[in-house]
Amino acid sequence: MEVNDALVDKLAQLARLKFEASEKEEIKNDLQKMIAFVEKLNELDTTGVEPLLHMTDEVNVLREDEVMGSITRESALKNAPLHDEKFFKVPKVIKPPVPLKGELKSESSSVNSEQNLK
Amino acid sequence: MAVDFDAYETVVGLEVHAQLLTQSKLFCGDSTAFGSEPNTQVSPITLAHPGTLPKMNKKAIEFAIKMGLACHCEIVKENYFARKNYFYPDLPKGYQLSQHTTPICKGGYLTIKINDQEKNICLNRIHIEEDAGKSLHDVDPEYTSIDFNRAGVPLIEIVSEPDIRSGDEASAYLTELRKLVRYLEICDGNMEEGSLRCDANVSVRKRGEQKLGTKAEIKNLNSIRNVKRAIEFESRRMMEMLAQGLEITQQTRSFDADSGTTFSIRDKEDAEDYRYFPDPDLTKFSLTDEFIENIRKTIPVLQKERIKKYTSEYQLSYYDASLLTEEKKFSDYFEQMINNLPPPLDGARGRPFKPAANWMLGPVRSWLNDNNLEIDEFPLAPTKIAGIIELIEEGKLSFSVASSKLFHEIIKSPKSDPGKIAEQKNWMQDSDTDHIENLIDQVLNKFPEKVKEYKKGKKGLIGLFVGEVMKLSKGKADPKITNDILSEKLNS
Repeated sequence: MEVNDALVDKLAQLARLKFEASEKEEIKNDLQKMIAFVEKLNELDTTGVEPLLHMTDEVNVLREDEVMGSITRESALKNAPLHDEKFFKVPKVIKPPVPLKGELKSESSSVNSEQNLK
Repeated sequence: MAVDFDAYETVVGLEVHAQLLTQSKLFCGDSTAFGSEPNTQVSPITLAHPGTLPKMNKKAIEFAIKMGLACHCEIVKENYFARKNYFYPDLPKGYQLSQHTTPICKGGYLTIKINDQEKNICLNRIHIEEDAGKSLHDVDPEYTSIDFNRAGVPLIEIVSEPDIRSGDEASAYLTELRKLVRYLEICDGNMEEGSLRCDANVSVRKRGEQKLGTKAEIKNLNSIRNVKRAIEFESRRMMEMLAQGLEITQQTRSFDADSGTTFSIRDKEDAEDYRYFPDPDLTKFSLTDEFIENIRKTIPVLQKERIKKYTSEYQLSYYDASLLTEEKKFSDYFEQMINNLPPPLDGARGRPFKPAANWMLGPVRSWLNDNNLEIDEFPLAPTKIAGIIELIEEGKLSFSVASSKLFHEIIKSPKSDPGKIAEQKNWMQDSDTDHIENLIDQVLNKFPEKVKEYKKGKKGLIGLFVGEVMKLSKGKADPKITNDILSEKLNS
């Protein structure tokens, strides 16, 4: 698999990261090495071998439906870079919709959180 | 231009998210209570702090299976959770834990009734996943405010096949689904509060065509009525486009309830790449037949079977039976009342099922509506209403006094005995034949002319005599006894 600029750009977009042009070259190199290593594994014949999903053999580690373990709001908010006494604060993630050709078109990718729940 | 809408067919599949009624979240012990102060039901696990480890809530698995069994699904025995990766401020981990790729329930169907015909809507799957937090855009002019109380609350997503053909069918499907989750007591079914949420995948095609058309996914549907409105608007919009020879592109659209229209919020080109992979923090979970069968035993008798029982065993009309069984708790209350009803007084009559149904659908339901309460908040025990019915059946109390006076009096002191209250208030019917006969004699002596007219054939005058006896008895004379004695005297 070839690691090209388009792939690095796509990964950067998915990870919400930004790189300088020089950094990009370095990343391309690193990624190429990692992928080559993984591709090496592909040489093994794994026919009939179930994929390993978990590193432990434990199953059914379940809990009873009991309320416990919440922390105070004060300590929950303490480490947030931005907050008031009630909420975590983030930059506005919604922009006012712009009417276009008789139709409302929203600039933001989501209007509310439900919409990201597939 | 005139569009021949009948030349096209609407095709709809629904994705419904139902919030499970567990006490605690899916992977940690935070409370799931609705309406608490923001960010008071959060733990380091909910907030995705480093080093925390999620642990699965057993009840959520049970609820998902309960729904699957009620919908005739195949229950998958080997399960795991995957990470669905995306960034959004109300998703603390940067991924949602979901069974999207390996659902716990496969296939199955839900039966709806449309134009008096039954139709099965097939399900694709039911899977478990966690909810996200809430973003509030209007409490702060500069920032979006985040409340993580809802983050991690367990959901099941019920995905139908594209078997729905109209807004009316979608509305029947949702009504049935809502009723079912409430019967199973796994979700409160409240669409306004968001514990039941629906997305609609809508497409249209030429009638007779087998291939599915390009779909739009419609979001932001917060009531059953709006689901119907959105589907009707969207399918017409698509039919008009096809009729004009326009190409439909795959979109995510939102419904605007004020205008009744839909608008595009996302095109397929910006479709996200969620990079699902198995979550390594949670163990697999494996279900035994015994575990599944134990859950099957907790499924209550559902509406369809109850209607069958009410119409055959209790001899009630289909209409009454469906009203009584609309809500499980209401129907349970009715059944407890039935079990406390007196056995038939004489061999001629069965138990008073119809009067019992009338009490539920009359005084009880109006009182609940007037007070905006649910049946489980109703102050009277079913035995009390059964007691009142018994008094009426025995002829000790008239229905009108019972429903207009005694019913309201006993609600004020729900523990008291209906018979005693009626005695104290002097509401009991007079069934002392000697006393009633005495009253009748007084009335007949007062209206000798009318008696003559009656004897000449003006039989309608019996009403006047009964009325006069009632007046004398202050409404307490037993109407049946009064009638019997009157007829006997006048016809002799």
